[in-house]
Amino acid sequence: MMQGGGRLETAAPAAIELRGISKAFGSVQANRDIYLRVERGTIHGIIGENGAGKSTLMSILYGFYKPDAGEILVGGRPLTIADSQTAIRAGIGMVFQHFKLVQNFTVLENIILGAEEGRLLRPSLSKARGVLRQLAKDYELNVDPDEVVENLSVGHQQRVEILKALYRQADILILDEPTGVLTPAEADHLFRILEGLRAEGKTIILITHKLREIMEITDTVSVMRRGEMVASVKTAETSPEQLAELMVGRKVLLNVQKVPATPGKPVLEVRGLRMVDAAGVERLRGIDLDIRAGEILGVAGVSGNGQTQLLEILGGYPEKGSTVTGKARVNGTPLPLSGAGCNAAERRRQGLGHIPEDRQVEGLIMDFAAWENVAFGYHDAPEYGRGPLMDRDAIRRDAEGKIARFDVRPPSCDLAARNFSGGNQQKIVVAREIERNPDLLLIGQPTRGVDIGAIEFIHKRIVELRDAGKAILLVSVELDEIMSLSDRIAVMFDGRIMGERLPGATTTGELGLLMAGVDPATAPTRDGTLPAHTP
Amino acid sequence: MNKMPKWADVILTPVISLVLAMAISAFVILAIGESPTVALTTMIDGALGSSYGWGFTLYYATNFIFTGLAVMVAYHASLFNIGGEGQAAMGGLGVALVLLSLPLPHWALALPAAMIGAALFGAAWALIPAWLQAKRGSHIVITTIMFNFIAAAALNYILVNLLRPVGSMDPASGRFPEATHLPKLSDMALALGFEWGKNTPVNISFFVAVIACVLVWLLIWRSRLGFEIRAFGKSEPAALYAGINPVRITVIAMLISGGLAGLMAINNVMGEAERLVLNAVEGAGFIGIAVALMGRNHPLGVFLAALLFGFLYQGGGELALWTSIPRELIIVIQALVILFTGALDNMVRMPLERMFLAMRKRGA
Repeated sequence: MMQGGGRLETAAPAAIELRGISKAFGSVQANRDIYLRVERGTIHGIIGENGAGKSTLMSILYGFYKPDAGEILVGGRPLTIADSQTAIRAGIGMVFQHFKLVQNFTVLENIILGAEEGRLLRPSLSKARGVLRQLAKDYELNVDPDEVVENLSVGHQQRVEILKALYRQADILILDEPTGVLTPAEADHLFRILEGLRAEGKTIILITHKLREIMEITDTVSVMRRGEMVASVKTAETSPEQLAELMVGRKVLLNVQKVPATPGKPVLEVRGLRMVDAAGVERLRGIDLDIRAGEILGVAGVSGNGQTQLLEILGGYPEKGSTVTGKARVNGTPLPLSGAGCNAAERRRQGLGHIPEDRQVEGLIMDFAAWENVAFGYHDAPEYGRGPLMDRDAIRRDAEGKIARFDVRPPSCDLAARNFSGGNQQKIVVAREIERNPDLLLIGQPTRGVDIGAIEFIHKRIVELRDAGKAILLVSVELDEIMSLSDRIAVMFDGRIMGERLPGATTTGELGLLMAGVDPATAPTRDGTLPAHTP
Repeated sequence: MNKMPKWADVILTPVISLVLAMAISAFVILAIGESPTVALTTMIDGALGSSYGWGFTLYYATNFIFTGLAVMVAYHASLFNIGGEGQAAMGGLGVALVLLSLPLPHWALALPAAMIGAALFGAAWALIPAWLQAKRGSHIVITTIMFNFIAAAALNYILVNLLRPVGSMDPASGRFPEATHLPKLSDMALALGFEWGKNTPVNISFFVAVIACVLVWLLIWRSRLGFEIRAFGKSEPAALYAGINPVRITVIAMLISGGLAGLMAINNVMGEAERLVLNAVEGAGFIGIAVALMGRNHPLGVFLAALLFGFLYQGGGELALWTSIPRELIIVIQALVILFTGALDNMVRMPLERMFLAMRKRGA
């Protein structure tokens, strides 16, 4: 089943074949002797941890990097891809994780951008309009061609990216982590589009770290680990457990092991929390929450439905210019929601810890060394030195301990945060916040962009904190994470809690409906074809 | 992980920038029909060839250390304080008011008093732009520039109408009392029994500047406040997350910055002129920007860059005195140095980084 070098032999020329591709950056070997064969008319998954070399490989395929060695065959013919223009001419289209759209252009203008013909725009635009109409009919790719891109939902923006590639007559479509920003319903829709494209004979390469998606949609899957292609297998002949083991190089527990919660006294009580931002938009519309000691409350929802605001307010730093009303108490003591008492330092003194949603923007100072980041937010703590000067030795000793206990790699205190991988950066943040033993830990997207091995580790630590009788508020857009970690699940939509469910008594389908603003208990059931949410 | 060794980053890059600036300056000197070698030897002789030259070089360097530190502290909070000129001018007013109104019997008392006056006035002049930035989002570059003009105009008025002694035609304050005159380094050398830097303005303020370098280093890299300033400068969202108050840090960093710029007045106003004259700062506030940039925002770098600019200032003066190269050319040379070490830093840095990467690759 698994073959050395990862080649599957077939007679017809492959859509894409890579032979012995290698690429190094400085002393880092990003790709080592890669063989890959992607058959025409299939969906081929490429899976691997962060830093395994997936993106480098795709960048080589799209002409962003020149390989140090090896050759690329497109449709059986060798091709030197010197730039993305060559790739496009060879029929390769790429949908990036971060869209490359001009926000204040219309859909149509974005689609012809770079593919304009002649000196005047009008002929190109009307031609594109015709092509677009046809594509929309063929593949369920409905987007209003005259809408300005910044008014589109994320799911629709992604469709524009796909349309751009198809407009350039791409036969081979590469999608880099396409579902990271989508609701389950939007992801389902995307998968239907991809299946439609496959039925038309297009070839699709799907880069993802989500095992569920690989199992759901791909025909074949290749696994990368540390720059090497470790296996290429037929999806039907493998299992998530086996893929995870291939990715990480050891056995991984995909499901969090935990005993049922034994909730104690209430730790966090939130009543009628409302927030109106500086632009006058109501972001939170009356949130009520309770978390008891020793339980994890998971907050599910598509990003942008008020979770960020909830975390920021509880964390002590509501958005500038916003108005917050309502009440919140921790261990019976009111949390000031505005004014001088409302700041993150005060919250920490009240026993709150906070793992923020974006470690690179909030949780860490990327240019600071690891040891400085271990003190970050707690730099006023007396054990880090008395008086105005900081005791560097004390902080470093503490940081070394945390780095060792959380298995941060490389175990170097002096390395700047930006030089750690995403998973290890997150471990630094998690170590800092969890080891303070907070009564209430706020967690936002704890495993975004974190590799599987580190996810397992971080999840284990979160459950340990719960078992030590602490209250945890977990915000995540990953439903799997919410389902496996939470003791109770609250679903947020448009600044409200749509409903609360117990993880054992609900399904991702039901949660998905709640996330889209539909309460399955009251609304008539639909067949899963929900309109994508536009904010 | 680092692209090149630290010594290449800290020493090699500025030295190459400097050499490039010198080379282009040589072409300019050639173009006006003068000899670059004569120009260079005149500058080196005039600035570094005698204790007299050193006396002036160090005097100018003292000014630049203060203004360079001022720019540097604000820079670590991600604030570009271009108002050093105005803040130093106001510091001069503080010094003059303290020395003219308080009967201070000895320089050892007058110096700390004048320092407080200088720092307070400089800091106060930075406070308004800081507050406007923190509370209203008015860009600090714009406001500090504007405050330079306001300071110049205000000082003009104050000198002419308020501080000018009755009957004097000179728009300057009266002379400070004899007892408050700061000891010159030449006097101190004489007391130690040797002659050094006779008739040069360098005075005890130079040592104050050196101490300021050490204190600023402690502040930025060893203190909690410095930690907060640097964290805020790197990422405001992260600072908020960590409970660092952006308004507080903006205001404090600018107060320290303005105070340091103001402190320059103990050198030029108290130590050299011994009265407050019009346009006492003479552009040192702006040189501070180049000094901080070239010094890579580290006190040691600021110290070395200040010495370099002190050399350029003094050497340039000598050039105008002894050769037929016009005084303006020295401004061209200084501008080239600023251009290469500041604005075009990456032009030198990136090829160097590539070179070191290639060397490492071959070595690996």
